[in-house]
Amino acid sequence: MTPMVNLYTRRRIINAAGLIISVLAMAFGLFWLCWILWTLLENGLPALAPAVFTHMTPPPGSTGGLLNAIAGSLMMTLVGTLIGTPIGILAGTYLAEFGHRGWLAPITRFINDVLLSAPSIVIGLFVYEIYVIHVRHFSGWAGALALSIIVIPIVIRTTENMLRLVPTTLREAAAALGAPQWKIVNFVTLRAARAGIITGVMLAIARISGETAPLLFTALNNQFWNSDMDKPMANLPVVIFQFAMSPYEDWQHLAWAGALLITLSVLTLNILARVLFRQSATTH
Amino acid sequence: MPTTFLRDARLKRQALFDVLFRNLTRVSAFAVLALLAAVIASLITGSMPAIHAFGFGFLTSSEWDPVNDQFGALIPIVGTLVTSSIALLIAIPVSFGIALFLTELSPRILRRPFGIAIELLAGIPSIIYGMWGLFVFAPLFADHIEPWINDHIGTMPYLGPFFSGPPMGIGILTAGIILAIMVIPFISSVMRDVFDVVPTLLKESAYGLGATTWEVMWNVVLPYTKVGVAGGIMLGLGRALGETMAVTFVIGNAHEISKSLLMPGNSISSALANEFNEAVGDIYTASLIELGLILFFITFVVLSIARYMLYKLGQREGKAA
Repeated sequence: MTPMVNLYTRRRIINAAGLIISVLAMAFGLFWLCWILWTLLENGLPALAPAVFTHMTPPPGSTGGLLNAIAGSLMMTLVGTLIGTPIGILAGTYLAEFGHRGWLAPITRFINDVLLSAPSIVIGLFVYEIYVIHVRHFSGWAGALALSIIVIPIVIRTTENMLRLVPTTLREAAAALGAPQWKIVNFVTLRAARAGIITGVMLAIARISGETAPLLFTALNNQFWNSDMDKPMANLPVVIFQFAMSPYEDWQHLAWAGALLITLSVLTLNILARVLFRQSATTH
Repeated sequence: MPTTFLRDARLKRQALFDVLFRNLTRVSAFAVLALLAAVIASLITGSMPAIHAFGFGFLTSSEWDPVNDQFGALIPIVGTLVTSSIALLIAIPVSFGIALFLTELSPRILRRPFGIAIELLAGIPSIIYGMWGLFVFAPLFADHIEPWINDHIGTMPYLGPFFSGPPMGIGILTAGIILAIMVIPFISSVMRDVFDVVPTLLKESAYGLGATTWEVMWNVVLPYTKVGVAGGIMLGLGRALGETMAVTFVIGNAHEISKSLLMPGNSISSALANEFNEAVGDIYTASLIELGLILFFITFVVLSIARYMLYKLGQREGKAA
């Protein structure tokens, strides 16, 4: 009798211990999220004066803002997204709609999934090697190019996934009406998958707006206002990196303000994308 | 007669559009392959001077002397591997716990908010982790945790030398811990996804035989999904290996090899981030690019294995259904 009881108690104890550890693991994960967000609010909010949005990055020891960095980040993110999105959507369309036979689709899918997590600093090195070296100066274009290379795999993945969710009957119905394939894809399937693809693009924007490593060797930084994409361009992540690593307190305060701005916008984009996708998924 | 001509012409035009559109998408898909080839080719060309100068010795030399143009990749490679291993040691059990919580324990209503919260952890840009690590985590670590580690683990036989050193806050161990926090969301979300593919029938049969939740996880779900779980872990490893900014802030950037994990070190990506723009001379630049090539090669292999494993799980799933 006793060994039976012992076995049961032991199993129950192991079960309880495992489940408690699981809850602790969840708490452990949430703990870091809360701690990091708290730190950002604590240090970023006091530094977030109106001057941050109206003044240029200052030399050490004087006051200033992040206007040129914010503008540079927005421009490069926009251009990067504009270059990367069409290529991503087209390639994703190929994988979902045309690549049923042959070697290209499976290999592209595989390589794309690898590129999805490839180290972004190597992308920066690559753009430095193929572009910056040849034009002999850092520039906003180079930064946007590096960002677009990060956008492409993300958009490809979501486009393919979303197109696969579109029921085949929809395609067949359009084909039965006599629509040629390019019309079916453009006006039926891509349109049906629109919400999902927009979600993917938003997630891609969220990802590149925080990227620092690929901009270090491409856009570099610029202390002054610059709207010329052909010149070195200030951008929030690199300014944060430079200011945070500096010994000057003014600069560190600005770095916290920038960090709060970036994190809030990235997290908002993330949540927005999810909400948007959920809404469209429930209405269909 | 003229109408059929017209219809023929229209049909031909549509057929032409079809061919054009299909080839446009095909070219875009091909561009991804071309991109990969271009990345590899440019990194190899860029590192040629270093490859010629040092050959395979580059991989095994621990020298890093910009003044005399002598470079070796051993220290950054070891730093990258050690920090990533620490990260996985912490992240694997925690991710398993989180995935277990999200698939089996959490009330249904809370499942989504909790899942999103963990995914937000992945959304925080890596430079934020770096700042937080440098200004908040490292000082606390130096004041409260490292002295304890020194006193308790640092005095143990065998293990001691790895855990003794001045409590500076920044170093290999700190970088590993922060990397762990960063890869937890990646590993746990893959684990959650693969746990969800286990047929409910299988789980319910186990429960029906009287198994506890833990036993179902450990003896049914985990064996069924082990390929996918391993794939998720490799995916996390790939992330950890290539992570740049967070590591650059807290690793200390010292080109030294030290037994102790509390000492500063260097990783491939942080060496690149810190030195590339200041590098003067062909050999110095080329050596840094060769570091990038090595990093790309390592992550490429790791990520390929990860994808292969996840595909295998997906295939088995397809056969079962």
